[in-house]
Amino acid sequence: MLKIDSVDKGLVIDHIKAGRALEIYKYLKLDKMDCSVAIIKNAKSKKLGKKDIIKVEDNINMDLTVLGFIDPDITINVIDNGVIINKINLELPSEVTNIVKCKNPRCITSIEQEVQHKFKLTDRENKTYRCIYCDTAFERN
Amino acid sequence: MLKGKSLIEPNDLSLEELDEILNLADKIVANPEEYTDVCKGKVLATLFYEPSTRTRLSFEAAMLRLGGSIMGFSSADSSSAAKGESVADTIRTIACYADIAAMRHPKEGAPKVAAMATDMPVINGGDGGHQHPTQTLTDLLTIRSLKGKLDNFTIGICGDLKFGRTVHSLIKALSRFSSVKFVLVSPEELKVPEYITHEILKNNNIDYKEVEKLEDVMGELDVLYMTRVQKERFFNEADYIRLKDSYIVDMEKLSSAKDDMIILHPLPRVNEISVEVDKDPRAAYFKQAKFGMYVRMALIMKLLGVEK
Repeated sequence: MLKIDSVDKGLVIDHIKAGRALEIYKYLKLDKMDCSVAIIKNAKSKKLGKKDIIKVEDNINMDLTVLGFIDPDITINVIDNGVIINKINLELPSEVTNIVKCKNPRCITSIEQEVQHKFKLTDRENKTYRCIYCDTAFERN
Repeated sequence: MLKGKSLIEPNDLSLEELDEILNLADKIVANPEEYTDVCKGKVLATLFYEPSTRTRLSFEAAMLRLGGSIMGFSSADSSSAAKGESVADTIRTIACYADIAAMRHPKEGAPKVAAMATDMPVINGGDGGHQHPTQTLTDLLTIRSLKGKLDNFTIGICGDLKFGRTVHSLIKALSRFSSVKFVLVSPEELKVPEYITHEILKNNNIDYKEVEKLEDVMGELDVLYMTRVQKERFFNEADYIRLKDSYIVDMEKLSSAKDDMIILHPLPRVNEISVEVDKDPRAAYFKQAKFGMYVRMALIMKLLGVEK
């Protein structure tokens, strides 16, 4: 198996569905941060068969709310001095803004550039989010 | 408190607020002459980005009968939208001139964008295939006035249930009253969207069924709500022609209906209700159009905070 140095201080974002790490990398704006980041693709997983993992060094104070919207099954370990000091349970945020776009061609957001793309949690059990303007559901891939 | 609020979808109103509007509408229906100048000096802007003679005239008649004034446009071509102005900028400008606005827009959510950009009350006059709350208020006032209640009855909703925004708004609104049973009558291609059946009907344990033939359920209904199969909602002409005549009410179909059933229709009708039905006492769709004006009068008064 590919060896990546363990994180001394930072975050391990685990159980990302295989192939989606780059997407998460963008959502968390890791490209704009000045810290070491390791992306591991297609790691073996008992739970998922294959999974992606992102390791972020030094930075432990980023806003992770968006991950609850993208995939609430992702797990996050906070590491300090080489040991796990906290496990963050993701929750479904009640609203997300400008994370994803509404795909309904009849939605006002499809023609007006400055309107923010907002989705609201409408069904917690089924993790359904709907566009606040046209009620179209956001389809996870 | 309704003053200053916008109405984007029917459930923006609490049941108490809804009652407040319907009660005022009842009073206006009883004595319209007492309300002829309550909105003197107030201006209603009708911002219609797509043609709708009926809804626009109903809003304008409502304001004129309250003694107010009206201004606006009736197609996107004659507005600044043709120059590329955003909905938010248009409403901010209009708010400098008017006290309240009614907006119809082909894009879903446009009136919500407008309401978020201004403190002026904005009324959704129909947005794409999405919501049409003043039609819903019209329907509720008509049912309450003619049946005497908004609970414990069976309503059959027939026709284009997929794209028909009046249908979606009505189901949402009636789902808040107890023991309303829904019978949804449509061809497979035009069934109610899944989010309505799942999140509104199933999640709230509301009694409903979906059927294909109107004649099979006619005898069960207290209210029959007919809708037009709208040509502009179809992607091709062939589908429209194939389906448009599927659901037509005539005297033969009505023979199995209850004597006190009422037939509603948001209008305009094409051929889904035969003209012969107009003379039947159960036909209530022209009364409904009048109730529409009265309920808009009540709504305008409440959102402007105007008292008699």
